[in-house]
Amino acid sequence: MLAFILQRLIQAMVVMVTVAFIAFLLFQYVGDPVVFLLGQDATQEQIDQLRADLGLNQPFFVQFGHFLANAVQGEFGLSLRQGAKVSRLIAERFPATLELALVAAGLALLAGIPMGVYAALRRGTFMSQLFMTLSLLGVSLPTFLIGILLILVFAVTLGWFPSFGRGEVVQLGWWTSSLLTLKGWHHIILPAVTLAIFQLTLIMRLVRAEMLEVLRTDYIKFARARGLSNRAIHFGHALKNTLVPVMTITGLQLGGLIAFAIITETVFQWPGMGLLFIQAVTFADIPVMAAYLCLIALIFVVINLVVDLLYFAVDPRLRMGKAGGH
Amino acid sequence: MPSPLFQRCALTLVSAACLLLSAQAQAKPFKWSSASDIPTLDIHSQNNALGNGVHAAIYDSLVYYNSKTFKVEPRLATAWKEVSPTQYRFTLRADVKFSDGSALTADDVVFSLERARAKTSNFHVYTQGFSRIAKVDARTVDIILSGPNPVLLNQLTELRIMSKAWAEKNKSTEPKDGKTKDETYAHRNAMGSGPFMVKEWQPDQKLVMVKNPNWWGWKDAPSNVTEIVYTPIKNEATRAAALLSGEIDFVLDPSPQDLGRMRNNANLKVIDGVENRTIFLGMDQFRDELPGSNVKGKNPLKDVKVRKALYQAIDIDTIHKVTMRGLSQPTGALVSPQVAGWTEGVHKRFPYSQDDARKLLAEAGYPQGFEVDFACPNNRYINDEEICQAVTAMWAKVGVKAKLRTLPLVTYFPMIQRYEASIYMLGWGVPTFDALYSLQSLTRSVGTGGDGNYNVGRYSNQRMDYVVDRIKTETDLPVRNRLLTEGLQLQNDTVAHIPLHNQVIPWAMKKNIDLVHRADNRLDWVLIKVN
Repeated sequence: MLAFILQRLIQAMVVMVTVAFIAFLLFQYVGDPVVFLLGQDATQEQIDQLRADLGLNQPFFVQFGHFLANAVQGEFGLSLRQGAKVSRLIAERFPATLELALVAAGLALLAGIPMGVYAALRRGTFMSQLFMTLSLLGVSLPTFLIGILLILVFAVTLGWFPSFGRGEVVQLGWWTSSLLTLKGWHHIILPAVTLAIFQLTLIMRLVRAEMLEVLRTDYIKFARARGLSNRAIHFGHALKNTLVPVMTITGLQLGGLIAFAIITETVFQWPGMGLLFIQAVTFADIPVMAAYLCLIALIFVVINLVVDLLYFAVDPRLRMGKAGGH
Repeated sequence: MPSPLFQRCALTLVSAACLLLSAQAQAKPFKWSSASDIPTLDIHSQNNALGNGVHAAIYDSLVYYNSKTFKVEPRLATAWKEVSPTQYRFTLRADVKFSDGSALTADDVVFSLERARAKTSNFHVYTQGFSRIAKVDARTVDIILSGPNPVLLNQLTELRIMSKAWAEKNKSTEPKDGKTKDETYAHRNAMGSGPFMVKEWQPDQKLVMVKNPNWWGWKDAPSNVTEIVYTPIKNEATRAAALLSGEIDFVLDPSPQDLGRMRNNANLKVIDGVENRTIFLGMDQFRDELPGSNVKGKNPLKDVKVRKALYQAIDIDTIHKVTMRGLSQPTGALVSPQVAGWTEGVHKRFPYSQDDARKLLAEAGYPQGFEVDFACPNNRYINDEEICQAVTAMWAKVGVKAKLRTLPLVTYFPMIQRYEASIYMLGWGVPTFDALYSLQSLTRSVGTGGDGNYNVGRYSNQRMDYVVDRIKTETDLPVRNRLLTEGLQLQNDTVAHIPLHNQVIPWAMKKNIDLVHRADNRLDWVLIKVN
């Protein structure tokens, strides 16, 4: 058990360092923040001075070494654009992104599972064909297009929802929540729907496929032979067994939701980490970009680690001596 | 399916809107947006156009430009006189209070001007030539200069005044720069004597300013705005949607493709104004051979005939009508009409003529044209990339094969500053409204103290250097104006750069908003009316 966890942790560390290294390598090409900091009137002496002050003139590996040493302590320095501590900026933005991702995941589950079950049970009917066609659209339409379309219809034409921002937030310690006010919910619906659509179609198709699979198994036949009602068979037996892979996928996708919220956040001016990252990119704000990428990598690593450990707990085969590959 | 949830939402919306409407009867909020947030509230930390414009709502300067005429007019200083060519005396307005109730005195002015001169300040361009700031009495301040300075008043328009006591109390006596490790209080907080006060700033989300009822100038200001809410919206489609849906009142930077729709919308209006920013092409006139060119052993761009041929090959009317959709003011001058030194004469362009261009190229020894590197930014100026593509096609017609590469501004500007481009695009705004600002940076031989700091084609002309250096110290206004015009004309005659046009900046807003379009692309807060 301990060896397994250790092994996983070491792998996670390697992933983190690799991400940090690749990210840092890329930053050599994103441009020069000094131009922004000094403006069009700067003289060459000022530019050289600032570059030296920021340590931008040091060799790559020295810069990377400094960065790693600080990052291990959770210290990413000061944002070049905003002059604020990066850790503080991220902490301010994280709640917005997490709430958006959770609401989107909730929406995707709440709508995706019933739609998938329906499509499996009523195969060939008009509604299930419609669901399947719409899900194709959901998978293939790019997120920013969906977002813009939703804004156009529901904010501009109908005027039902606001087109941007997070609305009112409530302060809970260092956490800010927009889920405690009506206005906050009002603001979160369009971005959450935009972000959820891809997941929703994924879950729907997954549930449908799994459900069809399970309905073919022997124990469903036995259940029918026992004379159980359709309702008990479908929801008591089939759906329950379908949900195990769905839960795994949803958990793993949560990381994806957080990471890919970038586009949704940009379209809706949602003040989360993704928007912070995009703004950092246009400004070549290296400390913010580095911190964001490392954090996203950390989230993925942690989620994967947890999933691995859960498998370990659930699957007895892994506990038997040397774990086989899976 | 019209679900009950939607109906309930719609209902709550209506009632919320009603509540809002009744509240609006007293409070007049003005909600506006543009792509990015201000970098800081610190008035001496970052010389950023948007930031400076917002700071002007919170902090007063000694003098400021009139929004319509762009003449310098009194603000905190009610009068000034020249004691000697290097000493100016300013009389401060009586009874000016900071928004915390304390009186504004000469000490605050001395402190603030010194703060702008601090090592960590980014405002040295506006304090150039200051030698010492001295308090004479509680309402009089002297600025002592290291030499005659004809643009002193223009410089002072961007130097705002902060309370000394407030800065000391909050440990913000020096602005923050790239090296400072911790945030300063003045970065996120502000307290000035201006018409508005900061109520709340969440960077990148919302800046709320409320009316300062005790501002000294309200009796002459038509504004009825009680609250200004700024929300940066990065995505231009979302910004347009927020205006169309009525969530905001004003957009500073609507995107060109949304303008048609906005102009045709009955609830919106678009005001076009010429921005004080000229877009031009620069050419490397220094290197002996251009990398990427098929001309070996010499640099064709050093020949004025070649530069003029490139100039005359550009069909500026097509760029104006097609590329810019009419939103540009073609010009032959390096500065816009609001800038001192500009005349009808320097504004006139060399005519567009492919024949002349071909003839000039043949005379210069390139009858078949040549290949040359051409660099452009793709996210800095309005339609920058499209303009460069059009120019590339026009040059191809006279045989010049420009190899266009476009770069985002974060990599573009360092690249041209390393002198790596053969032909490049640049746009130059003139915050001082004085042509010296452009001539010194763009046409003066590369030197120290801002001389030629964006002369990245390294143009060098003895007469130009002489003219620029004289303008710096000439205080006799008519003589100085003649010199400014001479400098601009000399740039035209030697084709140091190829001017294209002045940018026209459209502002989009709701029909019920009255305001003045300023050539420096910033709002005059006390002229905004919400009807």
